[in-house]
Amino acid sequence: MNEFFTLMKSELVVTAIIFLLLFIKIGKGMKNESLLSLVQVLLLLNFIAGFFFNKTGNLFGDMFYTTPLIAFQKNILSLAVYLISLLCSDWLKKTGHLPEFFMLMLSALLGMFLMISSSNLLIFYLSLELATIPVAAMANFDLEKKRSSEGAMKMILSSAFSSGILLFGISLLYGATGTISFPEITAQLDGSSVQILAFIFIVTAFAFKLSIVPFHLWTADVYEGSPMAVTSFLSVVSKGSVAFIFITVLYKMFQPMQDMWYTLLVILAIATMVTGNLFALRQQNIKRFLAFSSIAQVGFILVGISSNDYMGITAVVYFVLIYVFSNLAAFGVATVIAERTGKENIDDYKGLYKTNPFLSWILALALFSLAGVPPTAGFFGKLFLLTAGGAKAAYWFILVAALNMIISLYYYLRVVRAMFMDKNDNPVEPIKVSPVVKLALIICGAGIIMIGLLSWIFEYIKTLH
Amino acid sequence: MPNATIIALIPLLPLAGFLLLGLFGRKIFKNSSGLIGTALLLTSTILALYTAYEYFFVYGKVDGVYQQFIPLKLTWLEFSPGLSIDMGMAVDSISVMMLVVVTFISLMVHIYSLGYMKGEERFPTYYAFLGLFTFSMLGLVLSCNIFQIYIFWELVGVSSFLLIGFYYDKPSAVAASKKAFIVTRFADLGFLIGILILSNSSGTLDFNTMIATLTSPDSDAVKTATASSFLGASALTWGAALVFIGGAGKSAMFPLHIWLPDAMEGPTPVSALIHAATMVVAGVYLVARLFPVFAITVPAVLEIVGWVGAVSAIIAAIIACTQTDIKRVLAYSTMSQIGYMMFALGVSKYGGEGGLGYTASMFHLFTHAMFKALLFLGAGAVIHYVHSNDMNDMGGLRKYLPVTHITFLIACLAIAGVPPFAGFFSKEEILLAAYQNNMAIYWIALITSGLTAFYMFRLYFSIFWNKQPEVHGDKHGEGGFVMMLPLVLLAVGAAAAGFIPFGEFVSTDGKALESHFHLRFSVAPVALGLAGILTAMWLYKKQNEKPARLASSLGSMYKAAYNKFYIDEIYLFITRKVLFNLIGKPAAWFDRNVVDGLINLTGNTTQSVSEGIKKIQSGKVQQYAIYFLSGVIILAVLFIYVWR
Repeated sequence: MNEFFTLMKSELVVTAIIFLLLFIKIGKGMKNESLLSLVQVLLLLNFIAGFFFNKTGNLFGDMFYTTPLIAFQKNILSLAVYLISLLCSDWLKKTGHLPEFFMLMLSALLGMFLMISSSNLLIFYLSLELATIPVAAMANFDLEKKRSSEGAMKMILSSAFSSGILLFGISLLYGATGTISFPEITAQLDGSSVQILAFIFIVTAFAFKLSIVPFHLWTADVYEGSPMAVTSFLSVVSKGSVAFIFITVLYKMFQPMQDMWYTLLVILAIATMVTGNLFALRQQNIKRFLAFSSIAQVGFILVGISSNDYMGITAVVYFVLIYVFSNLAAFGVATVIAERTGKENIDDYKGLYKTNPFLSWILALALFSLAGVPPTAGFFGKLFLLTAGGAKAAYWFILVAALNMIISLYYYLRVVRAMFMDKNDNPVEPIKVSPVVKLALIICGAGIIMIGLLSWIFEYIKTLH
Repeated sequence: MPNATIIALIPLLPLAGFLLLGLFGRKIFKNSSGLIGTALLLTSTILALYTAYEYFFVYGKVDGVYQQFIPLKLTWLEFSPGLSIDMGMAVDSISVMMLVVVTFISLMVHIYSLGYMKGEERFPTYYAFLGLFTFSMLGLVLSCNIFQIYIFWELVGVSSFLLIGFYYDKPSAVAASKKAFIVTRFADLGFLIGILILSNSSGTLDFNTMIATLTSPDSDAVKTATASSFLGASALTWGAALVFIGGAGKSAMFPLHIWLPDAMEGPTPVSALIHAATMVVAGVYLVARLFPVFAITVPAVLEIVGWVGAVSAIIAAIIACTQTDIKRVLAYSTMSQIGYMMFALGVSKYGGEGGLGYTASMFHLFTHAMFKALLFLGAGAVIHYVHSNDMNDMGGLRKYLPVTHITFLIACLAIAGVPPFAGFFSKEEILLAAYQNNMAIYWIALITSGLTAFYMFRLYFSIFWNKQPEVHGDKHGEGGFVMMLPLVLLAVGAAAAGFIPFGEFVSTDGKALESHFHLRFSVAPVALGLAGILTAMWLYKKQNEKPARLASSLGSMYKAAYNKFYIDEIYLFITRKVLFNLIGKPAAWFDRNVVDGLINLTGNTTQSVSEGIKKIQSGKVQQYAIYFLSGVIILAVLFIYVWR
């Protein structure tokens, strides 16, 4: 019993917060401002609590297992959720159904926690759905906006489609091996056609969630239509969690098929990086721009995953941690500007530095980090991803990835140039950033600078195995 | 054992000053910024002196040999075991000596600037930059890893760039800072490649391990590196030579010296700190750091070091005799004196009494810092008074600037090598080392020392004697106490630093050297020095026609020296005419017609491709599902039927 509490403590804490919100909702209710502060404090506590009592062990007859590394991954997600709650507080205060919003978001988070910890196809599938359906509801939260409903609709339809294929793959795999437990499946894999088909079906579900080309088409529409809080949740938390479980599934369950999935990853990584970059080049809307840039970033994560050794896991976890700070900083600035002025086009950002130097610096820092310019953390993140990917000695693959880094530099710098150099007769007026948002942006900025320079963070992740 | 906290505080306090004044200087500490910077540096200086005392007299010497300690070493980036960039502190006799020099001179400059820069609009920024420079220089001195030294090397370059261009509304200052940056950048490129070659040969970036690996002739690393040759020289020779090019760039050695005279556009106290006493000797320090490698493994490169130093020394001395801008005279004199330090290293051997040149070089670095900083600060006081850099605007100032006059005279005597001032002792040792090892360099050095005495006293007489001053009645005085105090303190140093028994403390292998003072031997240089002084006195003490007649009788030789041997013009010719026409123009053509064409082609292709695939992103969910399914089917077919 004691073991149950320690091993599942992340899930239990999140569940407790969900229930607390439920009681507040059906009880007297609270004002949005005070409820938001309460949730922010609770999320912070949740993040801090994530550092303690991390053990290795499994529960429910090997369906659920956890290690210090998994606990650390969960904690990265908790941190991201906490930062989102700070960054989007302006929008959240105005929204009509705050308790519901957080209940949905935390349910999705709970789903992701269970998903990362799953060691069984059944739990995996259930938690994947738990991590998806609430997000579709959240995407619809700008109730008066048509695009928001459209995005939500597209998301629920696409993910239903992808779930169908995933379930098909799971049934095939069950049919071929007679079990749904990861380790037992591994023992049964022999590379027959049915198993390969099942493998492809299952991988496409991951590819869908990670927005890997050609399964990415829903991404831009949903990102553009949804409220910023949901967009950043999707692009950071959702992506991060799926990347983590993707590693587990490939490295553990499909280990016998490693030659095959290496080829698959190379194809998908190149397609994703190239397509993401090509589309990002043309975008005018900052949300769509960030959507495609995040697709390209996933391509780099795939490069790291392809290494199939412990360096790959470390590099991906480290990269996701950096990505949380960089992407949230970018989305945070875009949120503030869109929320106050309604401006979402990159052209509107011209001359931003003159009127809003703080926001410009944070956004520039975030974009530099996303582009991988030293000495920001993003550089180190990409460096380690490429180093891990280079372990297989497929240097042309790393070369393609590096070339894509250079292409991406162009469009990230385009935004920076618009902010700092271009002139604008009608720039964004000076915005007074609320203290909470400012704090969150400063945390992100500090993270972007410090994580790269403090090499012990990388070393620490390396030791968590 | 050394106390890591205390030593770490020495560079960190100026850094704190930089951050504090850089961030809040303009708003909060507008008036107190100078005092804050000075107070922080005073603490640093006290800590440095304490460290020096502890090192030299308490723990440094074990069994009669000065040891190296590494009280702090943090691994910053590890590439593979053994090959890592560390941030650490190496405490040994030369680094401790440099700590004292840098903090002390920097403190003097901080104090002096309180008066000199008073009323400057960007006063806090100035002190912030000074703090940044001091931090970088101290970090450079303490480095225990060759990459660490490179990082600080660049930081020093940046702060020098910022300070040269401090008067950024003056076009000449901007041009000078750009020139300094670009010239040293070329040299630093050499340094970086040198680092890569050396670290590749030795498998490490750590100084001690590198020296240990590269100096044992039997090690595999040395054998492989010696075997691989390029253009007739081994990899190690190239590596060491390239590292030396980096050092030569920073130390303004011929022919990379052209940035130094222009760098005098910066505020005069900055010239005293950076371009006389500390940063420009970084190259000497670098060679000294890697001295065992130079002396044992690649003596050919050390020979080059010696000749580059000797040539720089004499050329700069000749040019200095003809210049009329007093700061430029001092700049060329700096170059000449650094040339002395360089060739002293060049004629030295490793270990025992043969290492006299090394000790002498470090000794000269120490004394030179004192008297050259003093000369610059004195020149600053003069410029402050007459508002001009040109010798022709000065004269007869001894009555108006008495303190400056006396201290300047002491510095001139010191640099001219007149006993018993500091320069006499260090120069004596250098000449002796040259005499024992390389007669040609000895003769060059001897002639240079005569020239040095001549041009310094030409400067001295032109400023303080010569013609009667114009009416200076409306002028303010010498500048207050804050400007006089550093002059006096430095004058004490310039007069007395020579009596330090340097050989006891600094030598190639840590063992004490015997004193090498021979009365018989010092007759020639002192006599030449006095001859130089007397000539200068004869020519310049009173206003007369003799110098002009001398100049016209020397004709083209004088003109060549006056125009700095046209080296700037040669550079301009090479860059503008040769490089531009031979490489630049064809490159521009290639760029316009071929590269642009290709880029446009790529751009257009990308545009049309993405225009094409844009249709895929139609917004229709049904289509998305079709693409999704096609993706699944294609992958399945590929993996089941094609690649299986």
